[in-house]
Amino acid sequence: MEITLSVNGEERTSEVEPRRLLVHHLRDDLGLTGTNVGCDTTSCGACTVLLDGESVKSCTVLAVQADGHDVTTIEGLAATAAGDGDGDGSAGAPLHPMQQAFHAEHGLQCGFCTPGMVMAAVSLLDENPHPTEDEVRVGLEGNLCRCTGYHNIVRAVLAAAGEEVTA
Amino acid sequence: MSILGTRVVRVEDPRLLTVGGTYAADVDDPRLAGAIHATYVRSTVAHAEIGAVDLDEARAMPGVVDVVAGDEVDLPPIAGVTNEAMRRPYLARDRVRFVGEPVAVVLTERPEQGPDAAEAVVVDYAPLPAVVDPCDALADDTVLFPEVGTNLVGAFGTPPTADAGGPDASDVVVRQRIVNQRLAACPLEVRSSAATWDLGRLVLWCSTQNAHGLQHAVAAAYGLDRSEVLVVTPDVGGGFGAKIGGHPEDILLGWLSRRCGRPVRWVETRSENMVGMVHGRAQVHDVTIGGRPDGTIEAYHLSIVQDAGAYPNMAAFLPRLTRTMAAGTYAIPTVTSDARVAVTTTTPVASYRGAGRPEATAAIERAVDLFAAEVGLDPAEVRRRNLVPRFDEPHRTASGATYDCGDFPAALDRALAAAGYDELRAEQRRRRAQGDRLALGIGLSTYVEVTSGPRAGSEFAEVEVRDTAGGDGVEVVVATGSSPHGQGLETAFAMLVADEMGVPLDAVRVVHGDTDQVARGVGTFGSRSLQLGGSAVRGAAAEVVDRARRLAADLLEAAPDDVVLDTAAGRFHVAGTPAVGRTWADLVAAAAAGDAGDGAALRAEHDFSTTQPTYPFGAHVAVVEVDTESGDVRLVRHVACDDAGRVLNPLLAEGQRHGGIAQGAAQALYEQVAFDADGNPLTTNFADYAVVSAAELPSFELVDLQTPTWVNPLGAKGIGESGTIGSTPAVHNAVCDAVAHLGVRHIDMPTTPERVWRAIRAAE
Ligand code: FES
Ligand code: FES
Repeated sequence: MEITLSVNGEERTSEVEPRRLLVHHLRDDLGLTGTNVGCDTTSCGACTVLLDGESVKSCTVLAVQADGHDVTTIEGLAATAAGDGDGDGSAGAPLHPMQQAFHAEHGLQCGFCTPGMVMAAVSLLDENPHPTEDEVRVGLEGNLCRCTGYHNIVRAVLAAAGEEVTA
Repeated sequence: MSILGTRVVRVEDPRLLTVGGTYAADVDDPRLAGAIHATYVRSTVAHAEIGAVDLDEARAMPGVVDVVAGDEVDLPPIAGVTNEAMRRPYLARDRVRFVGEPVAVVLTERPEQGPDAAEAVVVDYAPLPAVVDPCDALADDTVLFPEVGTNLVGAFGTPPTADAGGPDASDVVVRQRIVNQRLAACPLEVRSSAATWDLGRLVLWCSTQNAHGLQHAVAAAYGLDRSEVLVVTPDVGGGFGAKIGGHPEDILLGWLSRRCGRPVRWVETRSENMVGMVHGRAQVHDVTIGGRPDGTIEAYHLSIVQDAGAYPNMAAFLPRLTRTMAAGTYAIPTVTSDARVAVTTTTPVASYRGAGRPEATAAIERAVDLFAAEVGLDPAEVRRRNLVPRFDEPHRTASGATYDCGDFPAALDRALAAAGYDELRAEQRRRRAQGDRLALGIGLSTYVEVTSGPRAGSEFAEVEVRDTAGGDGVEVVVATGSSPHGQGLETAFAMLVADEMGVPLDAVRVVHGDTDQVARGVGTFGSRSLQLGGSAVRGAAAEVVDRARRLAADLLEAAPDDVVLDTAAGRFHVAGTPAVGRTWADLVAAAAAGDAGDGAALRAEHDFSTTQPTYPFGAHVAVVEVDTESGDVRLVRHVACDDAGRVLNPLLAEGQRHGGIAQGAAQALYEQVAFDADGNPLTTNFADYAVVSAAELPSFELVDLQTPTWVNPLGAKGIGESGTIGSTPAVHNAVCDAVAHLGVRHIDMPTTPERVWRAIRAAE
């Protein structure tokens, strides 16, 4: 089947098998390998991307279901923040505020969960701009990280929400 | 001011945050053009003789290039660790010994064609009895290797005797069997590799923790010289010990590539990973602790049965570390141990974060709590009474370790103070008096562990100052034998170089995990990389500075001893006359032109080695709430004082502690690899295996303590595993403590709601 997705703001038309998963389409057909696969039971969230602005696990979405929709992956995230009033003003800001917060708070180690985690966190703040620590923890329950113990991920999300964080 | 000891954010991050890492599955290399994809056919039974293997139907499946069964592979089987005769073939032949063992492999044009083709391979299994429990395996009723005649891989030490001052001679003797359950490392990136032959050399990309170790293993397996094997480690999405070296599935790829004449790639699924990648822990302990009613511990014996899984791997070695660390933080006059290692019809066991040391700590820390309960004293008091006092000179323990330096009482005091121990106990008493449904549990652990391996250690580094291509500055290229995969070593090593050489952080480029680009190396495991790899980098950088100083002296027409490096400016000048100097760029240009000195490049290699390991230590306090009606446990606070010597970058050290604490707490509360009596795995994916999530954990409270070691010039001890080692027993003790007033004495890990509920009911 022929599908057209807007991926990171760019129209991408391809021929895909009906059973092709969105994550494989992004990784193998479009070469966007930032999105990872960590499991086969929809448990880990490594594959999380934004579909029309909302986080989805791209291992549970068929590529054809995304036909005609907007997909944002980690590769395109920073561009969505450029000129969004974050004071930076420059088009093509190097980092989205959430990416910046993960960097500043050391919210990543091996980086494998990171693209999915960052996308889930962006979506979380979109829905709840000022979450409590518990809300962040529950909100990220579907995204596993084996390295960080979540401590600094939670702090990064709170920091991105403009909250004071202490070590 | 020196950059050392400061919270430098990671240089690794921008790439990982914007385009993501390049993990093995992402590698896009021209040498892999036209690669075919391997899918392993895995045993569905735990123990069986293999009859006919029918590959014909699979050969006819769409996209199939080749199908291979075990009898065709002519690589010699892998010798078992400790017991060489227990050999593992790359693909099972004659017999399978665990569910998930590769039996055949299909090679397809596209990855998605693999699973269907693998399904079409028909294997005739004549089932044999499974043996899942290592203690049962020792009875040898079912033997995995008939040619060996026993399941015993090896036996070490002897059981205690009362007349030899063992614990049985004491007034108070407490015994307990404690199961240190089998765990899965669960790096978020599964195993993945790719292989091809390029200009007569085998090239292997692999998600591993030690490229050079794997290069060695591959060369040995193929009968090649090391120079004929290139191993490249792309970004690695976590290892935790389970990715030390390579698995048979990785190593076989070169053989498959040679056979098919095409590059071969392999990416497993999580379900394969959970049964095919080595597991960790899997020890059964019998502890006996003896002492006096005043809380003095006189003797301790640890008896270990190690489950090696189906083929003896690192598991055969783990009890050695456990035995060495048996005495823990205590000055116990008599400490003895014995260990037996047995094969079972389960996934092989090897290293997992801590590898033998968490088991030692878990055993003695639980034993000390049981002893404290027996004599009716507070566990903090019993610890204080028996801890080794502060020592600056090496301390030889009764179990044969030589601790470098430590201050165990300080760690305990700091952790207790930060936790507010007395108030917590008061709150516990209050809840108990009120019959509160939510019981409060407070758990302690004091730990000491061994890092950089059980003996002396070494690591390689090379540092070279180069012209930046097209730029006007210089770059410092660091080639390290360490193999970072999340630890932030690129940042750590850049800090060391920046400090030593007076160059900006972003002028340093760290190269690792490529056996062509790094001459030799050991890798990243055993919490070794900063102390050994970092010391090597520092040593190499110092040698480059020395060369540069001599070159600058020539150019400045001064004696080398009179020339100093102004590290703030990255410039050499004669002491006292800073106006005239030579920058790194000047020196690189001069060296290239052969203008002065011996014309040698500004490059140095350094092999750093130590005479003994280091022993980080600490104390943790865990606070749990247990719902006495449902058995639900919640970790509400975790306070950790971890002393890893001098800290280079607190941000990185804290990150290691956080991750370690989470994994360690998860062992106490949630995680367990389980098999049924027939050897069928019950935890084959992330839906069944309880990898801890953010929702189940609190933020952690870290307490600082730094006792620099004399073993290396950085004063650093390992920090990668401390969190795991300290947290498991603290959380475990907390759960047992929470329900002690209900008459519960011990609950094995993981302390799931069901187990806690049953223990409470049984004590009623
Ligand atoms: S890969 Fe999609 S949830 Fe794990
Ligand atoms: S940073 Fe490694 S899994 Fe999250």
